[in-house]
Formats: sequence, C-alpha cells, structure tokens
Amino acid sequence: MTSSNTILETVGLTKHYGGVHALEGANFRIHAGEHVAIMGDNGAGKSTFVRQITGVEKPTRGQIIFNGAPVAFENPMEAREAGIETVFQSLALADELDVPDNLFLGRELVRFRFGPFSILDYKAMRQRTLEALEKTAVKIPNLRNTIRNMSGGQRQCVAIARTATFHSKLTIMDEPTAALGVQETTQVENIIRTLKQQGEPLILISHNMRQVFDLVDRIVVFRRGRIVADLKKDETNGQDVVAYITGAKTGAEFQDTAA
Amino acid sequence: MATSNLHGIGGLAFDSSKRRWPNEMNVLLALILIIGIFELLGHLMMGQSFLFDTSDRSASIFNEQRLRIIILQVSIVGIIAIGVTQVIIAGGIDLSSGSVVGAAAMIAMSFAQVAEVNGNANPTLALGPWAADLPVLVPVAVALLFGLLAGIINGALVAYTGIPPFIATLGMMVTARGVAKWWTAGRPISFPTEGYRTVGDGLMPVIIFGALAILFHLVLRHTVYGKHTYAIGSNEDAARMSGIKVGRHKVLVYMIAGLLAGVAAIVLSSKNLTAQAGMGVMYELDAIAMAVIGGVSLSGGRGSIVGTVLGALIFGVIISGFTFLRLDAYYQEMVKGGIIVAAVVLDQWRQRRAAWGP
Repeated sequence: MTSSNTILETVGLTKHYGGVHALEGANFRIHAGEHVAIMGDNGAGKSTFVRQITGVEKPTRGQIIFNGAPVAFENPMEAREAGIETVFQSLALADELDVPDNLFLGRELVRFRFGPFSILDYKAMRQRTLEALEKTAVKIPNLRNTIRNMSGGQRQCVAIARTATFHSKLTIMDEPTAALGVQETTQVENIIRTLKQQGEPLILISHNMRQVFDLVDRIVVFRRGRIVADLKKDETNGQDVVAYITGAKTGAEFQDTAA
Repeated sequence: MATSNLHGIGGLAFDSSKRRWPNEMNVLLALILIIGIFELLGHLMMGQSFLFDTSDRSASIFNEQRLRIIILQVSIVGIIAIGVTQVIIAGGIDLSSGSVVGAAAMIAMSFAQVAEVNGNANPTLALGPWAADLPVLVPVAVALLFGLLAGIINGALVAYTGIPPFIATLGMMVTARGVAKWWTAGRPISFPTEGYRTVGDGLMPVIIFGALAILFHLVLRHTVYGKHTYAIGSNEDAARMSGIKVGRHKVLVYMIAGLLAGVAAIVLSSKNLTAQAGMGVMYELDAIAMAVIGGVSLSGGRGSIVGTVLGALIFGVIISGFTFLRLDAYYQEMVKGGIIVAAVVLDQWRQRRAAWGP
C-alpha cells in the first residue's frame, strides 16, 4: 500500500505505560506536501503518538516507516537528524538564550572542533537563522534578544523557525497556538500556510476546529488510544468531527479496532 | 502595516534597553558605590582616603598596597567561585568546594614536603621519606586529581541518582572534610619544597585567578560547553529534547568545579606554607556568595564569569574596607550576610519582573 510519495507511515503503532494502553494499533500515513491534523480529546493518545514517532519514547509494538525505510529512533536527536522536526507543546526553548542559540541548540555550528570545547561559529549561525526566518516569514525584531524577553507568539515563531532551519522532511506541531492571543495565532497560522505553499508536509495537533479546517487537507481523529476516523477535509464538517471525537461515531473502517 | 510587523508579533515591541544594559554593569556600579561609601567614611572617620594615595610616596594615584590586598585576599576563593559559577549556571549548586580544598591541600602538601629542615628530619613529614623532595609537578598533579575525582563523584551523583545537588554535594562536603582530618589524624603538614612555595608566592594567586577567569570567560562564551551549560540551567527538558547529553554534561561541569577547587588548594597551601585539616572551611559559601552578588541566578541559566569576578572584588573591598575603618570583623560578617540576601532578593525581583513580560 505504501506509495512512493508517502513521507511517514505507522503500522500498528502501540504504546503501553504499564497497564495503561495509551496508544493501540495506530495506522497512520502522511504524503509529500500534505498537511494532516490530529484531533481528539485530552488523553486520546495524540501526544503519545507524537512521542513515538519523534523518538522521545520507544513504542511497545508496531512499525514506523519514514521515507520508505523502517526506522527506530533511539532519541529525539536521531529523529531530528532523519528530518522529523517537532515543535513541542512545552516549546523546548531555553529562556536565557537568544534566537540563534535556540535554533542551533544541540547542533551548534563550530569553527574549530574540539569535543565539548569546540569553538562556536556565531556568525554562521546568525546568517542561517536569518535565512530560516525569511523562509518562514517569521519576523523577530532582534535576534540577540533572549527568549525570556519575548512574547508567547514570538517564542512559538522561534520554535517553528527552528524546524525550517534544518530543511526538515516532516514538521510536527503540538498545539502551536494553544497559549497564544488572536493576533499571534494569526501569525503562526500564516507561517503554517507558508510551509504549505513550499510543499513541506506537516502534522498539526490542535483542538481548534476552525484552525484545522482552515489549514489542513486531512483530519485524523484519536479516541482512547485508537484512531477512529481518517477524514478528507472537503468531505466532512465540524459537527461530524466532533461526533468522532466524542465517540458518537466511529469510522466504518475502524469499527473492529475501536470497540 | 509592513513597518509595524517589523516590531514583533502581536504588536508587542521588543524592549531593546534590556540587552544594552548587561547585568554586569549593575554589579560594577554596586562595586563603585561601595568603594565610594568607604572613601567617604574614610574621610569622615579616619581623615584619609580609602583607595587613593594621598602621601605622594609612589607614582600611582592609587593606594597600591590596599589594591593588592583587596585582590589577593579574594583570589583563592575567587578560583573556586569560577567553578561554582558554572555549576550554578547549569542549575546546580556545589557545597563541597571548601572541604575539597581542605582535603586536596592536605594530600598535595604531603607530597610537597622537604626531607630536612635545618639539618633535622622534617618533623611534620606525613608519608615518610619516599614522598619528600619530589618535583613540584607531583603535588600539583595529586591535588588536581583529587579535585577531579571529587567533582566526578558530585556530578555522577547529581546526574544519575536524581538526588538534589544540594544533598549530593553536602555529602561530599562532609566526606572530604573527613578525608582532610583522617589523612594525618588532624596534624598539620608543613615545610614545602622551594618549587611548591613559588606556586602561591607573592602575586601568583592573583595571576592564576586572573588567567583562569579569562580562560573560563572565553570557554563559557565561545564554546559548545558554555552554550550547553546555560541551556541546561535555563531549561533542562529543552536541552534534553535538543539532543544534549545532559547527564554527561553535568558530570563535566562538576568535574571542572572540582578541578578548580584543586587549583585553589594548591595555591592556598603554597601561599600559607602549610596545610591544615580545617583549611577552606566556609569557602564554598563565600564562593557561592561571590557568584550570587555578581549576578549569577540561583535558579540557573544566568550569570557570567565577569559578574563573579566583580562579585569577588565587592567581597574584597568590603573586607579591607572594614579593616581600614578599624571595625571589628564581626561587622564584616553581618554586612556580608546582608549583602548576600540583598543580592538574591534583587535577583528574584528581576526574575519576577521578567516573568510578567517586558
């Protein structure tokens, strides 16, 4: 079934925390240039799913196929090196560092390699940061500003720009606008549209129905650790999606798994 | 519209004044203010200047002797403070450095003794004649190795057992002091070799402190190690998610702190020409205080070596200022305590203000 333009596919992806079945047999697929939303109630398994495919945790069972090859990431860095960039709910930014420092955190450019005492190449990092911000149309007035002194929207933009700096093959955003104001949300949504225009595939986790219908091509619904629906945006509506989220409805092809 | 976008997202403009006024400037101003107070009190109470040379005896306008004392008396604790600064920036704390100084000084000194004093056998010989009259490299290496080992144990405990740094290093503080006393059953060790004596002679402590301060300032600013140290202190989860090996890095940070405590032990015992089990008591707190006064945030992620050096100078100025005014040492400690608390209160206040937004 795997077509040549599939970016990421999971087969029977399962995660148990002791007796808790947080994720059960998830079959998911995203194609090149596609923007897919993952929706579901709190505790439905959305974040658990993301943690498996980004190497934060190791799945109990199941397979992850990325770019046509099976992968088993040991840690987030491996996933990132493979080309999966994640904007986590917790942002994962260091407050006391500035924009280029955060963009290159953990993969600093160096002028002179000497183990942990390698000399940083500030100039190159600054240059690549500017390019990334341009690419995502993110406007940050002063790169030297520390994250601490930035608004929630700016922080989110820095986190998103990080994914663009490294020419990722797949971007994952975990509720990128949950903590943002109206204007800031618009800004982030514009960045997501820019990514769409550039053909960058994206998995968007969101609770915001309007946002999801505005931005993505396809909606995958999780409920109690299982995928219960896979809907094309044009063939569904908000009420329908809510029915799947709350359990009033279950997709025909998922009837057997989502008992 | 296009121009308003340039000033940030959601209309929140960036307050550029925050960046142009580094925290170190505040510490420098505090230092100048404190010198000014002593200068004023000096004229009022003693009828003489605190820092300037009024007798026209030397070519310099400064009272060089006082300057030398100020810097000299803080340089040994200052060496420790360079390491402690890095530990605190990484979100930890090191209470063991004073005791590590004591133990490392005892152990190093026992390898630095001369065999004979005035024709008689050295009465304080700790290890027997085989350890006497060794080249200076031996005691230096021994002290550094001990500091390194203590640091590795500290770091490993903090990184891999999950116990708070406060407890891990408190354990090392008590243990290392025990080692210092056990080494010779409490007897002091004296009469170092000529070579060992030169290590901490004259202005050597200041030179070593200065060189290490410059070295680690550059390391913190310009190396991956420095960047990761700040990152871990500012958001450990973010650092981990970014692929930084947090545990390994913490071990390295505590190791460097231990190594610097070893350096301080060498300089201190060489300068004093003796090592005693009680050496370095309270040094860890003085070092932490220097860092905190210098703007290093106890919650991690913030501070600099420049700040700590200025903090150390504030310490030195206060101590020699009180001596200059012929005030009892008791007052020194009271004021020192007050300044430490004030520095932390200021830091908390700054942080809360930052959390409320620019």
